[in-house]
Amino acid sequence: MKEKTKTTDKQGSDSEGSTVSGAEALLKCLIEEGVDTIFGYPGGAIMPVYNKLLDYSDRLRHILTRHEQGAAHAAQAYAMVTGRVGVCFATSGPGATNLVTGIANAFLDSVPVVFITAQVTSALIGTDAFQETDILGISMPVTKWNAQVKNAQDIPYAIARAFYIARSGRPGPVLIDISKDAQVENLSYSYRQCTYIRSYNPFIPLHMRDIESAAVMINHAEKPLILAGHGVILSGAAEELKALAEKGGIPVAATLLGLSAFPHKHRLFAGMLGMHGNYAPNVLTNQADLIIAIGMRFDDRVTGNLKKYAPDARIIHIEIDRAEINKNVRVDLEINNDAREVLSALVPMIRESSREKWIREFRILDRIEYEKVIKPETDPGEGEIRMGEVVKAVSDLTDGDAVIVTDVGQHQMAVARYYRFSEKSTLVTSGGMGTMGFGLPASLGAASGNPGNPVIAFIGDGGFQMTLQELGTIMQYHIPVKIILLNNSFLGMVRQWQEMFFNGRYASTEMANPDFMTLAGAYGIEAHRVTRREELRMAIGTMLAAEGPYLMEVTISREANILPMVEPGASVSDVTLTYR
Amino acid sequence: MQQEYTISLFTEDHIGILSRITIILTRRQINIDSITASESAIKGLQMLTMVVTTTPDMVNKVARQIEKLVDVVKVFVHTSPEIICQEIALYKVTTRGLMAGSMIGDLVRKHHARILEVTPEYIVVEKSGDKEEITALLAVLEPCGVLQFVRSGRIAVTRQVKELDAYLKEMEEAGRGRTETLEIYN
Repeated sequence: MKEKTKTTDKQGSDSEGSTVSGAEALLKCLIEEGVDTIFGYPGGAIMPVYNKLLDYSDRLRHILTRHEQGAAHAAQAYAMVTGRVGVCFATSGPGATNLVTGIANAFLDSVPVVFITAQVTSALIGTDAFQETDILGISMPVTKWNAQVKNAQDIPYAIARAFYIARSGRPGPVLIDISKDAQVENLSYSYRQCTYIRSYNPFIPLHMRDIESAAVMINHAEKPLILAGHGVILSGAAEELKALAEKGGIPVAATLLGLSAFPHKHRLFAGMLGMHGNYAPNVLTNQADLIIAIGMRFDDRVTGNLKKYAPDARIIHIEIDRAEINKNVRVDLEINNDAREVLSALVPMIRESSREKWIREFRILDRIEYEKVIKPETDPGEGEIRMGEVVKAVSDLTDGDAVIVTDVGQHQMAVARYYRFSEKSTLVTSGGMGTMGFGLPASLGAASGNPGNPVIAFIGDGGFQMTLQELGTIMQYHIPVKIILLNNSFLGMVRQWQEMFFNGRYASTEMANPDFMTLAGAYGIEAHRVTRREELRMAIGTMLAAEGPYLMEVTISREANILPMVEPGASVSDVTLTYR
Repeated sequence: MQQEYTISLFTEDHIGILSRITIILTRRQINIDSITASESAIKGLQMLTMVVTTTPDMVNKVARQIEKLVDVVKVFVHTSPEIICQEIALYKVTTRGLMAGSMIGDLVRKHHARILEVTPEYIVVEKSGDKEEITALLAVLEPCGVLQFVRSGRIAVTRQVKELDAYLKEMEEAGRGRTETLEIYN
């Protein structure tokens, strides 16, 4: 991950060698790593750190969420929009376990977050003491690395390692568990950033022969297709990707997390891949003669039935995590390296080509999808309001100049399909984990990163109620997020599956909802409910013009389905365009 | 096709590393047939030797996932022909039973076993060899009355030469000239 780090190369600091407490050392280390914002929640074991935090409030802003899960999601979103490492604090026991969903979410989506949890006094560890939990053991499968610190003297090196591991290679969450006595104890403070770990080397030498092979394969291909994933954004390869596509005349399809890696208005943008992706890239995956997968991992939601996936294509896999190569899909050429380094070397070897005939095939299928799915969804003209038309209206009115946050479910797919992204790192969503409740806390985290553009969160009525206590955080810090609550009084995606695959038996998916206007009012958040199509665009305009936080609820079609769909077990070329 | 593999891996001597490795195997529903852990020839590095039974495709996937762990230096996967391996076993046999036949001489000559301790009640016999040889000796001793039997996990060396050293060197170079002294964090 190419980090926009704020620290200079200067090692050490003015207080080199000074005696400080473990808690203070921790805060100094964070400042050395360029941290200025922390999301967290205090509690017994972490009190020494919070006590010291008060003295550092000019350099370290702490945002008190209403639940540790919220802090974890906020820290992740902050990392995703800023390109820096997110930081999250929680206390021992329940504080630590409440983070787990957030840690796992960051792990599956490769986002660098350093989680600091407090632990009971070292003498009590392992005795089932009050608020003691084995967070090291619990978080082991969902962290890139974790460690426990029981001596104050070990804090600086643990933090240095944590940041180095979190942001290098394939980024990911790291957890450091610090016992209460280590926070209180004094140490002689000095700090050096970590740049090398013997057993972990994220810098892989570039093998030019592989790059040359890739160039030959691309230059000889008639129907190449690029699959761009989150890795393109993480490695800072968006420009190189564009150069590759333009020089070779190669269409670019994106995974959910790769959506903002390539401008959607670009003529080579082929759309989203996978279950609810666009028609052309899914169908044409199975006609392509070459697939160039960059920074993605062939998730089952992307590939559909693996036995019928890309039968005619040779596959080049450019991926920094070697364990992802040949994990789900057998590839013909593996390039285990950083996407940007590989593409920088590859682009000069690519022969200029337009591949008009191949690109025309995308346009033909795009037309079919537009007539059958997109037009009725984004411009229905009559009937209840559809999710797609809300997203399209926001897309039109912001012209892509916004940071878009989503929760999980139908509305998430509507955003992925109908928002036209133009800048990288402008989509914050929960991909691998599919964590409902991610959206609201993520939106406040994204807005705290000062992205310059407005932060707009699309959230369904189900996911909103999983973490709605974070409205309190938004109120307290006056965080100017624009929340669009798409309310169909259903757990929409589960309802859709019940309709399609469970004979329409709606088991526990219908929701009786509160009056969200009154709720927003209780938190002092400006709010408006839209029930009629005619007022939609004007209401969005009012929302965007509002200075502070704003909640816009849209009453949408209760039983609409997200289409097209690659049904479970189907091949990507076997797309359901219409249903009912 | 399921097959027996010996996974040898070198790790930093850090707390919890075995747990991290078994998590990966557990997720893939792979049972560890045997395991040994010891200090390796390189200072500060632990060596783990595991025997698992699985498919070639799966063993490569888990090997890469294990190697991805921050504290794991290198993972090697070998099939039986590629390695020389041994296990060690101890047999505690009743003295009366063992003395009854002309077993003792055979033990040393035929089975290359050693006698570790002799008491009026029992005799402790030690044998190293492959799994089959150790099982075969157990069958021979069974009629004499085996009071206790334990066997170690497998240890193995490869038929290749100096692979880890070469790898470590390559890794140091890839470290892009970073010459910081190594600190071990526990």
